[in-house]
Amino acid sequence: MRFIFKTEYDQDIRLFQHGGQLFWYGLLGVLLLAAPLVVSGYVLSQLHFILIYAIAGLGLMLLVGYTGQISLGHAAFLATGAYTEALLQAAGTPFIVSLASAALLSAAVGIIVGLPALRLKGIYLAIATLAFNVIVEEIITRWESVTGGSSGKLLKPIELFGYRLSSQESFYYLCLALAVLSCLALMNLLRSPTGRAFVAIRDSEISASCLGIDLARFKTMSFALSAALTGIGGALYAHKVTFISPEQFTLIQSIELVTIVIIGGIGSLHGAVLGAAFIIMLPQGISIAKGWLPDAVPQAGLQSVVFGLILVGFIIFEPYGLYGRWLKIRTYFDVFPFYRRGTFRRQRSYLRSERLR
Amino acid sequence: MFSQLLQLFLGGVAQGCVYALIALGFVLIYKATEAVNFAQGDMMMLGAFFGLTASTVLGLPYWATIAFAIIVMTAVGMLIERVVIRPVLGYPTFTVVMITIGVGYILRGVVTMVPGWGTDTYTLRTPFGDAVLRIGGAVIAAEQLATIGLTAALCLALYLFFRFAKLGVAMQATSQNQLAAYYMGIPVRRVNMLIWGLAAAVAAVGGILLAPVAFVHANMGFIGLKAFPAAVVGGFGSVPGAVAGGLIIGLVEAFAGFYLPEGFKDVAPYVVVLVVLLIRPSGIFGETARKKV
Amino acid sequence: MTFFAIDNLGVRFGGVVAVDGVSFSVKQGDVHTIIGPNGAGKTTIFNLIGLIYQPTTGCIVFQDHEVRGAPHDVAQLGIARTFQNIELFEQATVLQNLLIGRHRHRVTNLLDELLFRPSVRRAEIAQREAVERVIDLLDLAHYRDSRVAELPYGIRKVVELGRALATEPKLILLDEPSSGLNPEETDDMAFWIEDIRALGITVLMVEHDMNLVSRVSTRVLALNEGRVIAEGTPGEVQSHPAVIEAYLGGGE
Repeated sequence: MRFIFKTEYDQDIRLFQHGGQLFWYGLLGVLLLAAPLVVSGYVLSQLHFILIYAIAGLGLMLLVGYTGQISLGHAAFLATGAYTEALLQAAGTPFIVSLASAALLSAAVGIIVGLPALRLKGIYLAIATLAFNVIVEEIITRWESVTGGSSGKLLKPIELFGYRLSSQESFYYLCLALAVLSCLALMNLLRSPTGRAFVAIRDSEISASCLGIDLARFKTMSFALSAALTGIGGALYAHKVTFISPEQFTLIQSIELVTIVIIGGIGSLHGAVLGAAFIIMLPQGISIAKGWLPDAVPQAGLQSVVFGLILVGFIIFEPYGLYGRWLKIRTYFDVFPFYRRGTFRRQRSYLRSERLR
Repeated sequence: MFSQLLQLFLGGVAQGCVYALIALGFVLIYKATEAVNFAQGDMMMLGAFFGLTASTVLGLPYWATIAFAIIVMTAVGMLIERVVIRPVLGYPTFTVVMITIGVGYILRGVVTMVPGWGTDTYTLRTPFGDAVLRIGGAVIAAEQLATIGLTAALCLALYLFFRFAKLGVAMQATSQNQLAAYYMGIPVRRVNMLIWGLAAAVAAVGGILLAPVAFVHANMGFIGLKAFPAAVVGGFGSVPGAVAGGLIIGLVEAFAGFYLPEGFKDVAPYVVVLVVLLIRPSGIFGETARKKV
Repeated sequence: MTFFAIDNLGVRFGGVVAVDGVSFSVKQGDVHTIIGPNGAGKTTIFNLIGLIYQPTTGCIVFQDHEVRGAPHDVAQLGIARTFQNIELFEQATVLQNLLIGRHRHRVTNLLDELLFRPSVRRAEIAQREAVERVIDLLDLAHYRDSRVAELPYGIRKVVELGRALATEPKLILLDEPSSGLNPEETDDMAFWIEDIRALGITVLMVEHDMNLVSRVSTRVLALNEGRVIAEGTPGEVQSHPAVIEAYLGGGE
């Protein structure tokens, strides 16, 4: 068991609480940097997706896990980022500018979505975001002059400061850099007043308001930041798949993003990464498992069932997600033999008035 | 001109009835357990498949297939509640929504994997065939009339049930305060299970009524998404609201499909729901709840 | 300058008039208590002052500003409140709850925070120092890093008070500070109210415990059915016939 005796405020504020954390994260950093040299091309390609979905997942996590809002339409921001990147690249804009524009435009769209969200909660907000997703998808399909409609848009490899990032390794490092920067930005946010304001809004809106937090302003900010991050993920996604079309940004993708957040563990940044890794590796896992099943079983059906079972299973048995399971394991060893099952028990609210916030 | 409008109107109402039935299922579950069942459309789909099997494999006549589907789906609904929903009693709404989304995935996947069903599209034979009626110059299929008629009958039955049956009152109690309902001797868990069974039965009827129009296939349930705008417009938590909302959405779709350019028909319900959420989130008949400090 | 006054304040919910033409003023440095039977509208008045409900009649004036807008505007003016049923951020620690209370004194902006520039770090340390003063005052050091959800009721009430104090208010609204507390904790609460007054903060309080009321209040207001029935020193109000009738009913 580790005791941390704090004598300075900085110890509370800084990102790595103690030497041990610094060591493990440092090790992780080294592994991630060395990955392209060690793993196969296929695994590297999957890592691309994991990093991209992690960035998008971080965006959604900020909104859902930390500000307590709901979004069933985040694929719309993915689309905004992707299409902005595609269009600006086709117009010859440098990558830095097009990426920044993808983020800013997604943020603007996020603000538009955030406006009705100010007055809506719970299921109403979920349906509003769902409706929004459908409408954006339809706009993309119909606005053929700009988006190419159902024919989609092609993308060329990224050109950054004159270098062509056409290799798997270079794209990997770009994604890794952006993922790390996103994590750092969010961690900084969460240890400063704005991050605390978000958490306050999640836990008790009335209280937050009475403490001086302008709900409208901060909710909108949260939507904008969340959308911007997901937009960046979308821009990277566009380059990864090199061909984008409206069918890639439907409700299904929105649900996938939410699943990443839930499986990873709501309310933790690690969760976004763990969840992304899990969701990307799931189809592989199913294919492997399918080898043991009779041929008559169709892949698509099995994937759907497994996805559903995992979602249901996690919510019932592991509501804190993968990161929560990791925390429980670590706490078990930390306080051995004093671990109590009830430590992480989830609060249930049986009173309807308790469920209102 | 008038006959054109009348035709559109009747078509919209008929389609709206199907949405109303799905929305009814939502609202029943929502009123009782405050859970929002995103799998309602998929339950409808499953009901249609059971109806199909009853018709083709068991060779039952039309009305018997409806009864068969109702019975089977009631059991399925109760099973879903028992296995999946009961463990998460008292969890936040978002969590329950995600669980029902998961259930939807499972239902779709299972249907695809069943040998006789799979990913094909099937037609459900009805005794009405292609019979049509002409009213004031408008042409309406007998199937559509049957849809409207059956929906109306079902609504009446439900109204009487909630007004005069103990279960209806018990349902309202559990939706307000589950613990207190327990203390009053209401078997809360059994009530919830029965409500899910009821909602599934209503979905089954909706599925069979929808089958002639949309055909029976595994992704049929996505039409259920449009029932959300219906429930919101009518007022979430209000049974007459669900019906009113469903009819409104059906009409909006019918008229949008005719008067507006292509593609608007599909988004029209969602635009309507966004507008409603902006102006009056509680819908036509709904109620707002606010925390008291 | 009027420190704080409400004039003909009223609100109706549908057909129910919860508060009916209530007027009173509070002098700076006072401890002004509102008493009354349950359902008299005391908490409703607090909710009106905090703009959680919008008044249907009347106005609220604080330091010659009219109080209007949204709850966060009220907080920015320097009015803080505690809630009868405790509205803490359950999943956060005591320290985080108190730090959120410092929001009104935020000097950093979003961009700086994302980059966590040195100015943000300095501001953070300043906020934490301010919060430590509140923790010292209320003896919460032992619970600093505990999650609120795990704390007993008595401690939560203190944290609720601490969070309100962390905003450095000029006027603090305490909604039944002693409800649910045992006699020792109520004693502590009395001392803290006196400490708060010594800090120069004006206190407006709703309370049922008459001992506490007599002990700390400078002025008392009695409310019944949404209307003022008496106002004066604690002794005057407690012996006022209308007040006695409201609490005990009319004589036989």
